[in-house]
Amino acid sequence: MPLILATSFAELKDIFLMQGFAGFSLFAVFLLMALGLAIIFGQMKVINMAHGEFLTVGAYVTVFLSHMVVNHAPKLLPYYFPAAIVCAFVVAFILGYIVEIGLVKYLYNRPLDTLLATWGLSMILQQACRSLFGAREDTATLPEWMMGSWSPSEGLDIPINGMFLLALAIVMVLLVYALMYRSRWGLKVRATMQNRAMAGAVGINTKRVDRVTFALGCGLAGIAGAAFTTIGSVSPSAGSLYIVDTFIVVVFGGAASLLGTVLSAFTIAQSQSILEFFLTGVLAKIFVLVGVIILLMIRPQGLIASKVRR
Amino acid sequence: MLSRRIPQWLQGMLRGAAMAGLAAVLPLSAHAADPKFPTAAVNTTGLAVTDDVVTVGQLHSVTGTMALSETGSVEAERLAITEINKAGGVLGRQIKIVQEDGASDWPTFAEKAKKLLVQDKAAAVFGCWTSASRKAVLPVFEKENGMLYYPTFYEGLEASKNVIYTGQEATQQIIWGLNWANKEKGAKTFFLIGSDYIWPRTSNKIARFHIERYLKDCKVVGEEYYPLGYTEFQSLINKVKLAKPNCIYSIIVGGSNVSWYKQLKAAGITGESLAKKKQILLTISTTEDEVRGIGGENVAGFYACMKYFQSLDNPNNKAFVPAFKAMWGKDSVIGDVSQAAYLGPWLWKATVEKAGSFDIDKIAAASEGVEFKGAPEGYVRIHKNHHLWSKARIGEMKLDGQYNVIAESPDLIEPNPFPKGYQ
Amino acid sequence: MHTLYNRALGGRSGTVGLALLCVLLFLIFPLALDNFRLNMMSKYLSYAFVAIGLVLCWGNGGILSLGQGLFWGFGGYCMAAFLKLEAARNIAAESGSDQIRALTTVGLPDFMDWNQITSLPYIWYPFKSFSLTILLVFVVPTLLAYIIGTAMFRRRVGGVYFALITQALCWIMEISFVTRQGWTGGINGITDLRTCLGWDIRTKSAQIILYFLTCGLLIGCILIGRFILSSKLGRILVAMRDGEDRVRFSGYSVSKLKTFIFCVAAAMSALGGALFALNVGFMSPKLVTIEPSIYMVIFCAVGGRNSLIGAVYGAILVSYGKTYFSEMFPNLWYFLMGGVFILVTRFFPDGLAGAVDYLGPMLGRKLFSWIGRAQANFPAAVVPIPVEANEGR
Repeated sequence: MPLILATSFAELKDIFLMQGFAGFSLFAVFLLMALGLAIIFGQMKVINMAHGEFLTVGAYVTVFLSHMVVNHAPKLLPYYFPAAIVCAFVVAFILGYIVEIGLVKYLYNRPLDTLLATWGLSMILQQACRSLFGAREDTATLPEWMMGSWSPSEGLDIPINGMFLLALAIVMVLLVYALMYRSRWGLKVRATMQNRAMAGAVGINTKRVDRVTFALGCGLAGIAGAAFTTIGSVSPSAGSLYIVDTFIVVVFGGAASLLGTVLSAFTIAQSQSILEFFLTGVLAKIFVLVGVIILLMIRPQGLIASKVRR
Repeated sequence: MLSRRIPQWLQGMLRGAAMAGLAAVLPLSAHAADPKFPTAAVNTTGLAVTDDVVTVGQLHSVTGTMALSETGSVEAERLAITEINKAGGVLGRQIKIVQEDGASDWPTFAEKAKKLLVQDKAAAVFGCWTSASRKAVLPVFEKENGMLYYPTFYEGLEASKNVIYTGQEATQQIIWGLNWANKEKGAKTFFLIGSDYIWPRTSNKIARFHIERYLKDCKVVGEEYYPLGYTEFQSLINKVKLAKPNCIYSIIVGGSNVSWYKQLKAAGITGESLAKKKQILLTISTTEDEVRGIGGENVAGFYACMKYFQSLDNPNNKAFVPAFKAMWGKDSVIGDVSQAAYLGPWLWKATVEKAGSFDIDKIAAASEGVEFKGAPEGYVRIHKNHHLWSKARIGEMKLDGQYNVIAESPDLIEPNPFPKGYQ
Repeated sequence: MHTLYNRALGGRSGTVGLALLCVLLFLIFPLALDNFRLNMMSKYLSYAFVAIGLVLCWGNGGILSLGQGLFWGFGGYCMAAFLKLEAARNIAAESGSDQIRALTTVGLPDFMDWNQITSLPYIWYPFKSFSLTILLVFVVPTLLAYIIGTAMFRRRVGGVYFALITQALCWIMEISFVTRQGWTGGINGITDLRTCLGWDIRTKSAQIILYFLTCGLLIGCILIGRFILSSKLGRILVAMRDGEDRVRFSGYSVSKLKTFIFCVAAAMSALGGALFALNVGFMSPKLVTIEPSIYMVIFCAVGGRNSLIGAVYGAILVSYGKTYFSEMFPNLWYFLMGGVFILVTRFFPDGLAGAVDYLGPMLGRKLFSWIGRAQANFPAAVVPIPVEANEGR
């Protein structure tokens, strides 16, 4: 490549650093998307095709708040974003709770049917967003500190929103880990998911566990949606762009394993980002998908298999 | 009329209600048939034309991924038709709209086009946005002999008797803009970027030919395509940084636009930083409509080559913009395609009046030379090949999401959908 | 003769159900619908082929594929390629038209010309011949299904995982078809198909003939499906759906059985795709991607995943509902369709066929019980057991 030869070594180093970070921020995106689904699909076995729409809901909550802040309290602009994330979580959580009560709870023993029902749900949510907010794309006004790049040296620019996403993703993973594997409530969840009847017999309110777990997964999607307003678009159909990628990350990681999801998000993100750099965007996507399918054939249980007896 | 105080969601609902209600309300004011133009004489082929009403179709996506782009066109066409009705209609007949949803799905477009022509007997159809939807409906319009007014700037390589193209074909938008970048900004190296479908690919092909054959000492240093709806552009941005082109030539469309510009800003590429390095970013796909979703702060200082900008300073536009806002809300913006969509009904009216008939064949024959002096972009005229003569303009993006028009082609550019020397 | 009656027609109730469907398709629709609507009905029916295939591999075999659009699409693209080449040859004959002015290489499909392809790619050579095209319509998707099936089922990839992998395959196909636009027409697809062997497929009479052809082949597919399901193989299939390990332990090769039924479903889908290209006159990657593939599963679910005839009704009803709702309420039809899917899965897990079966006895057994009992000669033990059961946790 004469192009690269013409460039100085220092510049090349910068590009590689930035390219490495590009992989990390893609990793953060995948991880945030997949975290909620890893609980809903991985633990509860509900194929939630409306997961992307919960993301959209979170994004719209952020946009709504940002408009409120800009119009009524411009002074708060630098600080509103964390509040927006919390609100996105709460709204998506409540919505998820309602959906569980109204729909999903009837379908636990028919996982493939959840796919169809939640597909219907995703259509309804999409159209609801369209009727409420208009079909056009919208944008959240971001605080100044979240925009632009951090430039430690001339020619090296690390995106601030990327760093924010990465930090958020790490915090969320730690929180979910603590909740699922280090808390009493997580113990109840895992017990219910492994053996519902037995869990009920030892006095766990399994129905309540179901409701809260599902809502929690949706809430995490809401957080991801809020975070994605920093890098992408907000439109009623934005969520549907993410859904297939999300499922692939979760399945590839091994459905019931949090560590698996993290690893798979990392593997897929880095390979996609590297391939994009050396090939083209389209080819990178195709190669990554084919690679994932082949690996899944060799290892159908995913990267990290859960130790549940089959 | 919707004030900023009304929350966004309520505006959305009102707008939706307005759109739904409008079709029902419009034909209320009945006129008697114009004695000069009896129905039997102006409609010999069984179109839906009565003594006081003429039915037209409107075929855009109001659901699905393309709804965000096509909404502007729907609104502009509605405005034009309302204005025409207020001014007495076409040959004394009020226009009634049958709206169909293409649902961002090309086969649905074909199905609905057929329905509009075969079942509703629409005298004209205003619609389609993507090239794919136009290609899907084109055989239907040619077979059933309908008339389509197509608003989007597109790749060219097409001229049909049954379509009037009110947007620019590729050469009208590309060649003058590249010359401008070369002359005014001294651009010698170009990096071509696009979404992966026919319009960006064909446009970039024409751009590449022009750069390599007709601009002195210029070359293309990269050409990249990403799938529609793609949201991760950091790798691409790094490649651009490595190639250091004088001009980043971007034809990214739809939702991808937002990610592309937000990530550019996050990677330290802004209008300001480019200017320091004597680089520019020139796009032919980002209108005011898209900037609304991207946020002006992410694009300030970039350039776009279009035929229309909302900030255009001429009397027609000064009347058009407030009228549009009065109908669709104070916050609404008007992009190049919306303006082109607005031309459709007016051009159709002028053509029908010139031909003295609603018959498709007569309209098709009469189209050549039809002018519209009230066009917000200034003045347009239909060419023999059913495209419009129009100017090209360069706008610089501003923080508030509007464009500063900084250059304009001196004359109307002739549409040339089959450019010789570019194939 | 008697066995044929029992096996292919499904005994008395099966025959009645089939006869009613035939009356509807061959008499009522052609008489009641105008040409435009009848053509749309052919379009719906070309989706019904996929739904029938899904009844075989999902309802009875327990294999949920979210990638049937892939096979449907390959069938359709093969047919469309043949028709496009013929259209291109014909355009070359008419000089002075707009199309001919647009072309620099006469006789080549227009989209290749737009992409500066100056000679026909080798992949397109087989589509010069009609008989070879018909062969490829079936061979390409079946072979693909065979490869996917062998690779997946031997590794015991099943249930949800299989569904998601086939979905990813669909996506790969869409992306690659879109990006190789010189060969495939890109996102526009292959449009403007006019004649088939010199016969103008856009005329009214051609569309009516094609409608009857579609109906005839559809009935043929139902009979083949019945035949498979009522054979020993069909019973093993159901056994496999309800307890895969037990069948395996009984000495049957589960993966081969699954691959077989998956291939049959793929071939039927491909036939539907080819008929779609003939009926509608174009093919596009939008039709083979994830969303239509999910719709195909929904046709099957709404009609009843165990009922071959129900699947046809499902395809007709859902497609018609989509058209009707979107014509009546362009801004709201997503709500209505979404609501229907939720209600059906929530209250009628066995779809229309199940609903008829359930409500039938109450409303008079004689009159209404025909649809759901289309496969009445099945052992009574065929109670739909959740497909997940074969994961056997």
